[in-house]
Amino acid sequence: MRIHSTRFAAGAALALVATLGLAACGSSDDDGGSGGGGGDATTVTFLPKNLGNPYFETSDAGGKKAVEEFGGKYAEVGPDTAGPDAQVSYIDTAAAQGVNALVISANDPTALCDSLNAARDAGTKVVTFDSDTDPECRDLFINQATAEGIAKVQVDMIAEQIGDSGEIAILSAAANATNQNAWIDLIKSDLQANHPNIKLVDTVYGDDDDQTSFDKTAALLADHPNLKGIISPTTVGISAAARYLSTSAAKGKVALTGLGTPDQMRDYVKDGTVKEFALWNPEELGYLSAYAGKALADGDITGKQGDTFEAGDLGEFTVGEDSTVLLGDPFRFNAENIDQFHF
Amino acid sequence: MTTLTPDAPQAERATRTYPAYSRGPLARLLLNREAAVIVALVVVFVYALGNVQYFDGPLTVYNLLKEYAPILLMALPMTLIIITGEIDLSVASTLGASAAVTGVLVVDHDLSVPAAALVAIAVGALLGALNGFFVAYVGLPSLAVTIGSLALYRGLAEGLIQDKRISGFPGALRTWPTDRIGSTQYPNIVLVIIVLAVLFGLLLHFTSFGRSVFEIGLSDEAARFSGVNVARTKLILFTLSGAVAALAGVYVALKSNSVATDTGSGFELKVIAGVLLGGVSIFGGRGALHGVIAGVLLIAVLNSALQLDGQGSEVIQIIIGLLLVGSVIASNFLPRIRALLPRRAVSPEVTTKTPDNGDHTRKVAQ
Repeated sequence: MRIHSTRFAAGAALALVATLGLAACGSSDDDGGSGGGGGDATTVTFLPKNLGNPYFETSDAGGKKAVEEFGGKYAEVGPDTAGPDAQVSYIDTAAAQGVNALVISANDPTALCDSLNAARDAGTKVVTFDSDTDPECRDLFINQATAEGIAKVQVDMIAEQIGDSGEIAILSAAANATNQNAWIDLIKSDLQANHPNIKLVDTVYGDDDDQTSFDKTAALLADHPNLKGIISPTTVGISAAARYLSTSAAKGKVALTGLGTPDQMRDYVKDGTVKEFALWNPEELGYLSAYAGKALADGDITGKQGDTFEAGDLGEFTVGEDSTVLLGDPFRFNAENIDQFHF
Repeated sequence: MTTLTPDAPQAERATRTYPAYSRGPLARLLLNREAAVIVALVVVFVYALGNVQYFDGPLTVYNLLKEYAPILLMALPMTLIIITGEIDLSVASTLGASAAVTGVLVVDHDLSVPAAALVAIAVGALLGALNGFFVAYVGLPSLAVTIGSLALYRGLAEGLIQDKRISGFPGALRTWPTDRIGSTQYPNIVLVIIVLAVLFGLLLHFTSFGRSVFEIGLSDEAARFSGVNVARTKLILFTLSGAVAALAGVYVALKSNSVATDTGSGFELKVIAGVLLGGVSIFGGRGALHGVIAGVLLIAVLNSALQLDGQGSEVIQIIIGLLLVGSVIASNFLPRIRALLPRRAVSPEVTTKTPDNGDHTRKVAQ
């Protein structure tokens, strides 16, 4: 009996493994390996920090629009959770597929470098957007706005909303998020230089997780009874904070501003929880990044300062210092204009 | 569970009548779970070579070995721990803590990479020994202890590096682990994995220590009564697990040239998935190291093939999850369900088998 059992188990495991393996690989042969290179069309693969994040869904949709405009092949791949380890395997895959351009928002400025450079050696052009890597690991960075501009608009907004004095706190994303930390440093120095009566009492991290950000907001209000304002330079953080504030006694008393998307913040602007927040247009960011990838892949530009390229509807852009292209200034959303935007 | 310990020739002599041992050597070699996993690995690999575009490219094998190296490393001691019926959920946190130690020592204190690696491995061994102490000598369940230390050791990493991200490891040693061996597709870390795999294989399958690992997994009590020092064995295993996780941490730090508080988070589940897929019983007492290596590689190859095929991460996770659940069901529960079936389902040859008639049972096995 034992003999039979063991044989059966072995056979069953084998059959299952083989079937699953074959079924899995076979199922998508029909689409000819999406995301792959080959053919004449420019292949552009978008690799966001993580999938399922509305911000990246919007930016990648902009990228898709651009790729379709210039007749290339678009693909979006990525991990479920934000982390450099998870992104590396997708970079490796894109390199093996020989895609013409990889457009990536980096979870870590150095951890991805070896893989990105291996991809570039294999002929893939690397464009970073939203969150940059070290400059020597990519061909071009598409900057949504300068860090100074982003920090300044947030400080200006909070200063206007709390009357330029009182305690404020910052609700950030992950503790090692490159862009967040750069902005926070600039916010601190701007406050010190220009707003001596505003005191930054705490910086907390919601890890770009809705529930964590929600809980951290609650903790901020409990820890600092005199808090007058919160800056949340992350779309996940600001909407979670707004959700908490909108149902708490602090609604309308504690100002909340930062970087958010109109669709996420519309209700909170209308019910008075939030007066004004800022962002760029992520769809345009993705759109510009895709065109930059094509310009690099076609050899129209190499990414050196002074190079110019056309980006469809957005017009002409010039490559600046450190192979960086600037999308433009941050835009302030408030009750008067929010209904004009849908992303 | 069966007592399918592939360990001792003496045991075989003593239990010649036991059905599992009454098959010929060839049958025993082929008809086991390890063989099933190895065959599956080969099938998937060969299928992918022929059917998945770019899978035969020059980067595929290199990339999957480079990325799964820390999982392969940590799966080695994890195999022994799970065979004893215990589990170590803290390996990824130990990896993170030792990566943080390496980063702080090398980047902030200008220590050389080898010296920092030795300190990190010592720290990892210590963290592992702490787990082992609570499991073996205090008698707490390893699941509870290592869930606790999973959080604790991650906290140590955060305490060490706070919000910083450490990068800028200097020197040629930084890229040694991921540099290719000559002009092959294999990164140097493969050499380390092979050496450790051989050592752990010898330890598990060819020493009395290894036999006691299986005995403990079958029955703590019985092992104790037959003279096995159960507590010391477990302490050694958890210490080894910590040390190897720390080695993996040094590797990850150098590979990424970056250490953050979340380095390696979630790796513990990949390690355990590989071990279980490799045919190790989660209830202890059964398993083999070659199966585990094949199990981890099977996940790696599937992952790589599916990604190259353009599958989304949700599809990949579902397939690997189904594979894992399926293989655990197949190897752990179906034999039991079959054992409950009425006897007529069983071949008469088995029930009429005589103790010393090897030919007779071998016929059944074929």
